[in-house]
Amino acid sequence: MRTFIKGQLWPAVAILLAFTVITGFAYPAVVTAVAQIAFPGQANGSMIVVDGQTVGSSLIGQSFDDPKYFSGRPSAAGAGYDPTLSGGSNLASTSQALIDRISAQVDALRKANGDAPIPVDLVTASASGLDPDISPAAAEYQVARVAKARGMTEDQVRAVVARHTSQPFLGFIGAASVHVLQLNLDLDGLLR
Amino acid sequence: MEGKEVRFGPDTSGLFATVTTGTSTGAVDSMHDSFLPVGGLVPLFNMELGEITPGGVGAGLYGILVFAIIAVFIAGLMVGRTPEFLGKKIEAYEMKMAMLVVLSLAFSILFFSAVATATAAGKAGPLNGGPHGFSEILYAYSSQTGNNGSAFAGLTGNTLFYNLTGSFAMLLGRYAMIVPILAIAGSMAAKRRVAESLGTFPTTGPIWVGLLIGVIVIVGALTFFPALALGPIVDQLINNAGRLF
Amino acid sequence: MALAVIDTARGSRRIAREARQAQAGHAPGPRNRGIFDPKLLRGALGPAVRKLDPRQMMRNPVMFVVEVTAALVTLIFVSDLVGLTSGAAREVGRAPAFEFQIALWLWFTVYFATYAEALAEARGKAQAATLRKTRSETPAHRRCEDGTFEDVGSSALRAGDVVVVRDGETIPGDGDVIEGVAYVNEAVITGESAPVLKEPGTDIRSSVTGGTTLTSDTLTISITANPGETFLDRMIALVEGAKRQRTPNEIALSILLSGLTIVFLLATATLRPFGLYAGAPLGIVVLVALLVCLIPTTIGGLLSAIGIAGMDRVARFNVLAMSGRAVEAAGDVDVILLDKTGTITFGNRLASRIVALPGVTEREALEAALLTSLEDETPEGRSVVELARKRLAEIASDGPGTKAATPAAVTTPAEAKVATVVPFSAESRTSGVILADGTVVLKGAVDAIVAALDVKAPPELQTLSDEISSLGATPLAIRRNGRPLGVIELKDTVKPGLKERFDELRRMGIRTVMVTGDNPLTARTIAQEAGVDDFMAQAKPEDKIARIRAEQADGHLVAMTGDGTNDAPAVAQADVGLAMNSGTSACKEAANMVDLDSDPTKLIEVIAIGKQLLITRGAITTFSIANDVAKYFAILPAMFVVAYPELNSLNVMGLARPESAILSAVIFNALIIIALVPLSLRGVAYRAAPAAELLRRNLLIYGVGGIIAPFLGIKAIDLLITAVHLA
Repeated sequence: MRTFIKGQLWPAVAILLAFTVITGFAYPAVVTAVAQIAFPGQANGSMIVVDGQTVGSSLIGQSFDDPKYFSGRPSAAGAGYDPTLSGGSNLASTSQALIDRISAQVDALRKANGDAPIPVDLVTASASGLDPDISPAAAEYQVARVAKARGMTEDQVRAVVARHTSQPFLGFIGAASVHVLQLNLDLDGLLR
Repeated sequence: MEGKEVRFGPDTSGLFATVTTGTSTGAVDSMHDSFLPVGGLVPLFNMELGEITPGGVGAGLYGILVFAIIAVFIAGLMVGRTPEFLGKKIEAYEMKMAMLVVLSLAFSILFFSAVATATAAGKAGPLNGGPHGFSEILYAYSSQTGNNGSAFAGLTGNTLFYNLTGSFAMLLGRYAMIVPILAIAGSMAAKRRVAESLGTFPTTGPIWVGLLIGVIVIVGALTFFPALALGPIVDQLINNAGRLF
Repeated sequence: MALAVIDTARGSRRIAREARQAQAGHAPGPRNRGIFDPKLLRGALGPAVRKLDPRQMMRNPVMFVVEVTAALVTLIFVSDLVGLTSGAAREVGRAPAFEFQIALWLWFTVYFATYAEALAEARGKAQAATLRKTRSETPAHRRCEDGTFEDVGSSALRAGDVVVVRDGETIPGDGDVIEGVAYVNEAVITGESAPVLKEPGTDIRSSVTGGTTLTSDTLTISITANPGETFLDRMIALVEGAKRQRTPNEIALSILLSGLTIVFLLATATLRPFGLYAGAPLGIVVLVALLVCLIPTTIGGLLSAIGIAGMDRVARFNVLAMSGRAVEAAGDVDVILLDKTGTITFGNRLASRIVALPGVTEREALEAALLTSLEDETPEGRSVVELARKRLAEIASDGPGTKAATPAAVTTPAEAKVATVVPFSAESRTSGVILADGTVVLKGAVDAIVAALDVKAPPELQTLSDEISSLGATPLAIRRNGRPLGVIELKDTVKPGLKERFDELRRMGIRTVMVTGDNPLTARTIAQEAGVDDFMAQAKPEDKIARIRAEQADGHLVAMTGDGTNDAPAVAQADVGLAMNSGTSACKEAANMVDLDSDPTKLIEVIAIGKQLLITRGAITTFSIANDVAKYFAILPAMFVVAYPELNSLNVMGLARPESAILSAVIFNALIIIALVPLSLRGVAYRAAPAAELLRRNLLIYGVGGIIAPFLGIKAIDLLITAVHLA
């Protein structure tokens, strides 16, 4: 019994205590400090601030219904882009519900944008339901509509789109994307 | 693109799913549930092997060591010596413990999935119909047993039934593996070291790698093959045929 | 020299025996029963049925599961046949005809397994029956305390009794000779018909075994074993397999197989709810078929047969292994200690060199050596004749130059007329001949020859003899009349072929250590000649134990042979101790194997048999597990074809119908057991090679082959049963 306490129980308890302190307090404190000092923007949510007012996070998409704005992807987060209910549809490729939803989406897009082939990301819900990006093809698909609504030429709109298109990391990791919120802010002339 | 983020794209999402389930990480950047069935098969398969695919990372290390012990035992005899691994003889005790690990992995995944498919509370869980619904159940217990954290999130998991069975799967998946593996470690440490010679079973080189993969596939994966056939495999075939649920 | 003569006499007997064994293919007499003797094949049919007893089957979990499922399917068949249950229409394979066939093949699967075991045991039983005949009650003349003798049955003898055995009588029990010298026929034990000399006081030749027969003279024997505990009794028990215990590796393997069985039981049992969920209800019969195909029935059914056959192979080699564990350990051995004398060398001295002294031509010396030995029938003498003749022929073919130098006075052997033979005697320590012309030609111990010389011995004679002695060889000087001519070197010779054997062992990763009482110089010479890896010179028995302990501490498994009582502790310490049957009972007691032929080099064969046993076990295990891949592809699509016709794309073999696919897999599973019976009884062909090479080869044959074979086999069976409309 004595040897059990001395040989096995005590080391186990000591290690538990030591790691509670190290991983429970010391490590989070250090990481928080480093983040706040070295990366304050990212550490606090990558917020987009316009005229001193926070309008959103560059990581979280928002819903845009007005035709003069580029709209994002369908969202399965709550009623749509609900940041407290982030999530995907989780529908399977063999799901009748998915096919029905996509068909409805296709019809709506056709009505608003005409009969051009629809990029797939505009009819599929993202993983988070808060995807801040659309594909360059999806942006291109909406250029005509936005230009018409704003009274700009398509090329003017395209130039703005190009400013907010990011290429994949190192050219091959991920995919090219267009940031919807920043694009729309820029169109409104709010980004400097 | 259903269930994927634009900036990650399908390629990186697939890669991430594979890596996260291979390395017992559990973070996700896309919804595995909405992958094509073969896409969902890969993470499912990774977890059912005990998260050992890239060669045993983190907690997967002991998983691959167990398979190494079993591989040495099955094929080691073919060099005409009783099996040894890392200079220690593999005997009845080690075998018992290694089989306990394999068995608890299979039990936790298959038994709880079977219970879920057989009870009303379990059947209420899946979001999708057809074989995909079954995949969701299978994925839930595979992930929980593997202590992975990723999910086929269509399954309504926050019910008494799934929370209870899931917690047992997690307990089994973690401790029913760690304890026997510690027992193996203790028993092997106490053993007389066997000197290496030309007659020693080689545990390096391409033959060994091939053998280990073979044993993992046959012993580890074939256990789940019938279940996988009823889940993602048939799901994909149905998908190809255009049948909907 | 007197001792040397006895030694050589023994050596020559040994040589003669080895020659006989070589002719008999190392498997003498009645033991050499073919593996597939029709009598044995028929004889195993009955015992195999008795082995179906569930109480016995319980010991083999894999086959027990098959037996239970066979009974279950039979029950389902019967109840379906009499219409007690109505099968669900959509279930695959719910038809009495199909159920009947599955049940039948499941029973065959179990029966084939028990048959393999019964067949493996049958040979041991036949051997035991022969031995048991010799164990029958024999009369014994026991010495009473007052010195008189009373006649009792052999079963009344106890350890410590003293008996007298006369010419033609059977020795009533194991014991040590305490008086008398006699020849004993030990054919019942060794299968060797030449009688063996027994005498008291020697380590090697004083132990006798009950059941053997005296062929000359009378022996007084002190009995050392009680009835039922004699060597013969133990031998009967061993070959009969009555006391067969599972070896550690066998137990570990059974655990693996049982574990896999439970895993697959789980996989198939859960398939029923999965199937119901998917709308594909699966019948018990189909699930049973899948289960039986997946669990490792091939190795499960053959495991004990492999073990028994391995022991039997050792026994047919005339080596008696006290346990299967010893045979298994033999496979693991990586250091072997071999005694020099009798194992590495013949233990007698043969002429290796004839050196002429200065001023004497080689031919002169050779011819003299030849003459001295012409009438000498000892192996030493014959070896001198042989060597001299060989050298003379070489010199003759060297050309006229050498011939011209030959003095005409020398008598050539052909013309030599031997008048008198001078035999060897202990006093003169010389032997040779006196020719018709009165010339005396003698060979003998150097100092004896020098003493008889007319002239002062040249200093070279002494240098040469010292040099020869220092290498562990024996110098013999030759003189013609009063003149010294040369020296014959008699050396203990390394047995032919050993160097190759040791090379083979080295390739297997086994190190050989020669143990000898010789001085280091001699030991080194012999060690180099024999090609052993290491040697121990001037070794005392305690040095051997120390060496074994040191090797074991370094993680080596050590094997050694021994015969004397001195060897017993070392033999016991070694992982594998092989005692010679001619050795003392103490040594045999300590050993875990006894060689009935008393041939120490057999240790090498025993190691090979041990390895072969393990390889066979591993090969069939690998084959059995690799088989599963194809069986999955045969059965799974068939099971779900009703609910998910799409799964038929997994039917890669293109099997005709779901029923035929399942039936084919079950039939293949049963037939493969019977097909592998010869392999498991005979053992996988073993070649000495490094582990990596063995693994590559065996993995290709039994691993890759094990994956491919069932694809072909199941397809072929499917074609066949479809053709005859069985399913």
